Amino acid sequence: MNLMNLLPLPELASAHGYKIDFIIYVVHGLMFALFVGWALFILYVLFRFHRRRHPKASYHGIHTHWSTGLEVFIAIFEVALLVGLSIPFWSSHVDAAPNRTDTVELRVVGEQFAWNVHYPGADGVFGKTDIIHIDQQSNPLGIDPNDPHGKDDITSPNLHLPIGRPAYIHLTSKDVIHCFSLPVMRVKQDVIPGMSIPVWFTPTKTGEFEIACAQLCGLGHYKMRAGLIIHSDEDFQSWLDEQAAASAVEYDDFFN
Amino acid sequence: MDNSLDSSHSASFWRKYVFSIDHKWIGIQYGITGLLFLLFGFCLMLLMRWQLAYPERPLPFFGAWFGELRMPEGVMLPEFYNQLGAMHGTIMIFLGVVPLAVGAFGNYFVPLQIGAPDMAFPRLNMASYWAYFLGGVTMLISFFVPGGAANSGWTSYPPLAVIATTGQTLWLFGMIFLITSSLLGSINFIVTIFQLRAPGMTLMRMPFFVWTQLTTAFLLLLAFPALEVAAILQLMDRLADTSFFMPSGLVVSGEIQDYSGGGSVLLYQHLFWFLAHPEVYVLILPAMGIITEIIANNTRKPIGGYKPMVYALVFLGFMSFVVWAHHMFLTGMGTAISSFFQATTMIISIPSIVILAALMLTLWGGSIRFNVPMLFALAFLPMFGIGGLTGLPLGLSTADIHLHDTYYVIGHFHYVVAPGTLFALFSGIYYWFPKVTGRKMNEFLGHLHFWPTFISMNIIFMPMLIQGLAGMSRRLWDGGLTYADTTPEGVLTGGILTAGIIGLHKVISMGAWTMALFQIPFIFNFFWSIWWGKKVTSDNPWEATTLEWAAPSPPPHGNFATVPVTYRGPYEYSVPDAERDFSPQFQETI
Repeated sequence: MNLMNLLPLPELASAHGYKIDFIIYVVHGLMFALFVGWALFILYVLFRFHRRRHPKASYHGIHTHWSTGLEVFIAIFEVALLVGLSIPFWSSHVDAAPNRTDTVELRVVGEQFAWNVHYPGADGVFGKTDIIHIDQQSNPLGIDPNDPHGKDDITSPNLHLPIGRPAYIHLTSKDVIHCFSLPVMRVKQDVIPGMSIPVWFTPTKTGEFEIACAQLCGLGHYKMRAGLIIHSDEDFQSWLDEQAAASAVEYDDFFN
Repeated sequence: MDNSLDSSHSASFWRKYVFSIDHKWIGIQYGITGLLFLLFGFCLMLLMRWQLAYPERPLPFFGAWFGELRMPEGVMLPEFYNQLGAMHGTIMIFLGVVPLAVGAFGNYFVPLQIGAPDMAFPRLNMASYWAYFLGGVTMLISFFVPGGAANSGWTSYPPLAVIATTGQTLWLFGMIFLITSSLLGSINFIVTIFQLRAPGMTLMRMPFFVWTQLTTAFLLLLAFPALEVAAILQLMDRLADTSFFMPSGLVVSGEIQDYSGGGSVLLYQHLFWFLAHPEVYVLILPAMGIITEIIANNTRKPIGGYKPMVYALVFLGFMSFVVWAHHMFLTGMGTAISSFFQATTMIISIPSIVILAALMLTLWGGSIRFNVPMLFALAFLPMFGIGGLTGLPLGLSTADIHLHDTYYVIGHFHYVVAPGTLFALFSGIYYWFPKVTGRKMNEFLGHLHFWPTFISMNIIFMPMLIQGLAGMSRRLWDGGLTYADTTPEGVLTGGILTAGIIGLHKVISMGAWTMALFQIPFIFNFFWSIWWGKKVTSDNPWEATTLEWAAPSPPPHGNFATVPVTYRGPYEYSVPDAERDFSPQFQETI
């Protein structure tokens, strides 16, 4: 039996995710052991010291250092979890950004109740955005029509990424707080208006997955879901080319 | 204070029953109001459980009561679902559990347990209850304003809460009343406990329950002002066009918002959780106090380590002020800050374990009586244990990435508050009922209440932990159907929730409705026993040791005929060579 299948965690499709799963398993192992231990102790004590079997209570009770020992053990275990696993992981998770030469860099902008994905296009530079240019139908991100860098930008309601290359995503929101959740990637990050917060991860499986919103954001919160599609390298390139062609046509239609 | 005590003899109906300044009557007012709100908040949840188990199916029988704006043809709208969610949390915490744990039990029993004639400031005490009452009424009225009650979660994060419908304004006013009430109450508790102890009642002879109330009062006094500030600032953002919490450049549904901007969204969260984490301990500490009394009484032996428990408690209270940002790990936190809050969170688990372990070790060597209060107190131990243990993965920021804002969180804090605190409150009601009314509650009905409630609590909350591990988000109107792995045609594929995980909603809902059914024996027992319960023949029917059992049942205005003198610690049971197996604090000979 594989111990790593005991908890009903969702499928895992990112390079760093096993570390999160590992710590979840270790903590639950500790929790389970403590709970079973305490439960057995309580049941035994309730049986043995039932008034019928033990009519006269002992004033002094138990003389033991077991409980102190247990408390010290738990404290040491927690320190080990913290220093050995959680803090190093967090540090690598938020501080050690991947080398940006090989990354796929993009922006994701949340709004009630959709995700807008913004790729910089062939020039690798995001077009300037400003709220005055926002048009819900044709230009949800408010890309500046006068900025030449914006001309080749691609926008998509779903997130397309290639397998095996780190994705570097700048998260922000147009209206309220959302939470960018990719359960299979073990990625979750609040999306906060007025702030741009980066996340990064490397997909390890191709396929169709999902983006969920994990923070109550209004009436349509329950349906704020988008697709997360992980392509092979070639498929991703051809998807980009397709989008570039389509958006060039749209761009000309709209701005010229 | 003197005139308040004297005038009671000829008190008018209003003075005696409505604007009472007797701590016991105020405690009863708090108790009845709190229980009614607890039932009301529970009913809101029962409605939500229908929608979660059977999304978009009309609610039978009651569906028509709620009108077109909430449940057209019996089908719940997301608008109404979000109101129910926000108000269930608000009502259960601020109008149900805290008023019961502090307002009712604290008010009634703290003065009695320290041998005081009343609270230090009886009129302040009355003002505290009425501020609470007004807060409750404001919250109830908010259901009937355009757009309904607050619908941005009990946390009311801006910007969502700032752009929300009118109900949110009433929520904020309601909170200001409730916070004022708690602040008035907390000052009163602190002064009473420090100034009005009977002769011989040193601090280290106080019952553990009084210690928990003292710690709780400090938490309320020091933490609530932060939320009061946050509520007032949010109110200004809503009514006076300020931008304390509103950043620049907001665009809602394509419309540029007319806020000057420059505010901080996260500032609100810091202020909110600076209160709301100590608030968790406001919910749990008095519960620990109650079950300590009951476990000592029913094991017939001293608790295992009174001093370590008191020190752990004070340390816990202090630490509860420096863990708040573990609710905010995913707001974009760097390594230094997240390490600090992870470390404090792990540290705070140790005193909790010390208290829990001391209570469990108390059982060893006891002569355990299994009456109804004791059953609830014993059930508290493993249930609160699960609540505490499931806090560990949430307190480690790494594991929290997967579990944050899922059903795991809901399961976790409900294990702390529902089978935790609520069991302690039930336990306390059964235990102290004879002191308040002079009659005992029925044991058989008590068992009929306890066992099904104990089982259904676990049927409700255990599956939530499973759903959370599987990745189901909170606060989804359709119970996660949007994220099902088998979606109807034309919908995205790649969902992670299997039919089994979603189907657990039905199990949970059945559990909730079963639990509702088995609260009927309690409600019946409660009212029936007030008038027809078995009369107690002694003022100390449980053969307990603390001072409240020296007073008549029910205690008259002023509590004690003569000022009680305290001769020893609070839990002197089965003292060697004593005549009986209990040596009350108020009797000179053992």
